[in-house]
Amino acid sequence: MMATAQRHVPQLKRDFAALRKDFPALQQLVHGKPLAYLDNAASSQSPVAVLDAMAEQQRRNHSNVHRGVHQLSERSTAAFEGAREKVRRFINASSVAEVVFTRGTTESINLVAASFGQGLKSGDEVLITALEHHSNIVPWQLLCERSGARLVVAPILDDGSLDLAAFDALLGARTKIVAVAHVSNALGTVNPVADLIDKAHRVGAVVLVDGAQAVPHTRVDVQALDCDFYAFSGHKMFGPTGTGVLYGKRALLEAMPPYQGGGDMILTVSFERSTYNALPYKFEAGTPNITGVVGLGAAVDYLEGIDFASVAAHEHALLERASQRVLREVEGARLIGTAPNKASVLSFVVDGIHAHDLGTIVDSEGVAIRTGHHCAMPVMERFGVAATARASFAFYNNDDDVDRLIVGLLKAVEIFRG
Amino acid sequence: MDELQELYRQVILDHNRNPRNFGELPDATRVVAGVNPLCGDKMTLYVKLGEGKIQDIRFQGTGCAISVASSSLMTERVKGASVDAALELFDKVHELLTAAHDHEPAPDLDKLAALGGVREYPSRVKCASLGWHALKSAVADEGKSNVTTE
Repeated sequence: MMATAQRHVPQLKRDFAALRKDFPALQQLVHGKPLAYLDNAASSQSPVAVLDAMAEQQRRNHSNVHRGVHQLSERSTAAFEGAREKVRRFINASSVAEVVFTRGTTESINLVAASFGQGLKSGDEVLITALEHHSNIVPWQLLCERSGARLVVAPILDDGSLDLAAFDALLGARTKIVAVAHVSNALGTVNPVADLIDKAHRVGAVVLVDGAQAVPHTRVDVQALDCDFYAFSGHKMFGPTGTGVLYGKRALLEAMPPYQGGGDMILTVSFERSTYNALPYKFEAGTPNITGVVGLGAAVDYLEGIDFASVAAHEHALLERASQRVLREVEGARLIGTAPNKASVLSFVVDGIHAHDLGTIVDSEGVAIRTGHHCAMPVMERFGVAATARASFAFYNNDDDVDRLIVGLLKAVEIFRG
Repeated sequence: MDELQELYRQVILDHNRNPRNFGELPDATRVVAGVNPLCGDKMTLYVKLGEGKIQDIRFQGTGCAISVASSSLMTERVKGASVDAALELFDKVHELLTAAHDHEPAPDLDKLAALGGVREYPSRVKCASLGWHALKSAVADEGKSNVTTE
């Protein structure tokens, strides 16, 4: 008992200047200026720990998983399944059977639409919101075309937050699936997902949460949320591209038909009939992205060492600083998305200067932002803009990055307005 | 001149601020919608063809400075030109936008040579070429009504 009391609990890291040094990509010059990387909502950089884990996997352990009896395959399998357990703990799933590896959020959503969606029929409804990324719209449109179900869209308010009254009114006995972003990639709006899930469950609908933009910024507990499905990508949480996760409640996944057929997802195959493997392998046809998943596991380890409460406060301070400075100092600037509950995304337009021109000019100052429709054309339509400029923050960003963004934007104003 | 100044020359900024031949053309014989799926930019090109010539031409839509200026400069240049001359010009501009950067622009490009600044910015080449693809499609025999930069 004494040993337990005296057990060393590692201090969670909150020195963001020190953490920034873990990211080699952030140490470079771009156009002769230090890189200010503010495109984290599109893809985030990886720490050395992730890069090393992937290099080690490729260099020493490369082999296939789940079927070799030789040493390298044993190591690969242990690393791959070890990453699954890390992810399970990270999102507090009750079992590794509920953690399916995919190529990314998009594939996770497509999996649910294709497999769970087979239960939908004419007269059923899929309820989404007006702030969704294309990847949480199009799979449901395709499902509706196939099944005869109807796609219903809950509108958003002028500040970019979800119209909760309209959501409530649209939710009903016909609603079979609710698919909603945890955090909007285009506006930064944080949706009250726990509340939405609770309401959806009361009408018997299942809920898929697109967590791509939430996982890098906040601790997600899928059991506390009580979501039925939760989808996210490795490359937005400091891991590699080509990795993603679909969390699904075990009972739902058990009942769902396979998504793709192939190796790994079967128990037995004959020309008359095949039987399918247990969860989560039933949904993992073919050789997976082993090295990528090992990198994702390393990214989870890295994030587990950081104090997320401090991350939220740090990113919020950056967002506030950037929002205020853009509005105060950049003439003609207007924010798109001003919901009271926002995370890490600053979307804006500047009168008379197209977002692409802003993007090119700030890039000349070493500042990386995203410009365009952010794969959310309906959101752009809703706000009557063709495109926005978007700065998105991660814990490794600092005040200097924000200041540099302002310098770049002022340069654009100078070029365009002389 | 640095690359950025090369991209945003005064003539580009001027045509972006005050695009020429901007608006609808009610008696157009060809209307082509151009889309750049990368950025969601949309433009519509109106062309009135007659006697093998571009009798009149206008465009409207939203886009970045490069895209608007390129379309504006294009309409200014090809208005009144023969279809053959317009197609020949398309080829020269295409070469200008995509050639290696030590390439000398064709001498008769005049103001259009200002578009050459995009060569240092591969992601912006499509912005500069959208209007031109719409033009080619409008005057070519098949007269497709939609073009994209993809």
